[in-house]
Amino acid sequence: MRPISRRKLLTTGLAATAGLAGVTVATRLAERYGLIPPDHGGIYGPGETLTYAAQRLLTTHSLAREFSRSMISKSPFANETPPPNDAFKHLQASGFSDWRLSVDGMVARPASLSLPDLKSFPVHSQITEVTCEEGWSYIAEWIGTPLIEVLNAVGLSPQARYVAYFSIDKDWWESIDMADALHPQTFLTWGMNDGDLPVSFGGPLRMRVPRQLGYKSLKYVTRLTVTDTMKRFGKGLGSAEPESGYAWYAGI
Amino acid sequence: MRQEPCLISIPSGSATPVNDVCYPAPVAAAGSLPNPETPRHAAVVRVTHWITVISFFALLISGAEIVVSHPRFYWGEVGNVMTRPLFTLPIPSSRDTVPTGYGYVLPDQNGWSRYLHFQAAWAVVLTGLVYGISSLWSGHFRESLFPAPADRTWRAFWEVIAKYLRRAPPDEAEAYSYNVIQRIAYLVVIFVLFPLVIWTGLALSPAFDSAVPAAVTALGGRQSARTLHFFVSGALLLFLVVHVAMVVLAGFRSRMRAMITGRASVPRERILERT
Repeated sequence: MRPISRRKLLTTGLAATAGLAGVTVATRLAERYGLIPPDHGGIYGPGETLTYAAQRLLTTHSLAREFSRSMISKSPFANETPPPNDAFKHLQASGFSDWRLSVDGMVARPASLSLPDLKSFPVHSQITEVTCEEGWSYIAEWIGTPLIEVLNAVGLSPQARYVAYFSIDKDWWESIDMADALHPQTFLTWGMNDGDLPVSFGGPLRMRVPRQLGYKSLKYVTRLTVTDTMKRFGKGLGSAEPESGYAWYAGI
Repeated sequence: MRQEPCLISIPSGSATPVNDVCYPAPVAAAGSLPNPETPRHAAVVRVTHWITVISFFALLISGAEIVVSHPRFYWGEVGNVMTRPLFTLPIPSSRDTVPTGYGYVLPDQNGWSRYLHFQAAWAVVLTGLVYGISSLWSGHFRESLFPAPADRTWRAFWEVIAKYLRRAPPDEAEAYSYNVIQRIAYLVVIFVLFPLVIWTGLALSPAFDSAVPAAVTALGGRQSARTLHFFVSGALLLFLVVHVAMVVLAGFRSRMRAMITGRASVPRERILERT
């Protein structure tokens, strides 16, 4: 073992101090610019934070790839859906004419929207790929109302940082940051491949977030809440997924 | 009094100072016991090597867990249980939606596997950056990995391969320096396989693809990228198996010692004498 020289000790000490200061400053800046995900705690927090921060810097305005009509999957795969509960069956029996989407939280004019209300907004469509975290994928045309249209209509508070959205199945809820909430391809989707959105694909109303994995595209959406923090929702990790071990941010 | 630095023209092996005011010759006695101070691997090489080892195992285990949730591979943009696979791994799955032929479903381990996979990927990428930049700076690539001009011939390749085939023990020089086949193998891993595995992995990120669509379209689509990611990982696993086998054959203790302490167990002088 060689003795450690004074120069080496000084250099190492300075480097360690600079590194620590760098991390502290970076964390402050990251917090300020919204680069820290709600599930940043725990042993996987550093990797998750790096991924989210790097992608937010890189992808805030980028558009998910869109495909030609000929690329639409002939037989798309509808992943297993939770058995519809009684409330769902009741609404299904009347053709979802009583389906409501309530919008509340940090908005000037909370609202309860029917499907025809949603369809009265400008209609948009996109041919994008659903990418499941398991590895499989399919392409479909998704028709719906961009979330930004609804948020603008209800008067979004400037303090808004997240939009949380809830399924009729109480176990399923999600949230996205404003970069995704205001993104032109984030849809409240009610149509698929020129028809109504089938129940097996999340009908009558599904959130579509094409820049993230399939599980962020929550099925059977009945409620939106605009908030400045996810701490008050569930265990405060941002969505139901981190509570069962999956990452909140699913852009990978 | 001013000391005269002497010219070290003394024969190697002599540790005797030429005179009282001169410095002793900085070489160890020939034929002496292994000199524990003989350098082999720089600290940055050792530290980045072992961080990569830990991260690679994390990636391998978590990657295998993720594959289990859909052990079918496709080519092109899309693929799912409704489409024809390129090939299917004959293993059970952690999802009941995948037809595997097995009568049971494995537990879902994807949550922590995904978190671990991406954290370990960051560790490998950042470690690789430190290694790459410091190696460019220090000349490690040029001196230790790019084959010497004399070795850039088919004959030099064949000589080393023939030695491996004869199962001859490694030269003592190989305790200090890689032979041409080792150099090529490491260069392929560092400059081909690692960049490819990172690229094919990034191509699986829908957000990254939105910013850099060419990352996935150049690979022939999302499912092609996934299949390639699997094969490149397989190539890295093959390298790992051969690498560990060669370390064992060459002398597990001495090679591990060199990569942990940074010191080779054979003094350089003994090598230099022979060459």
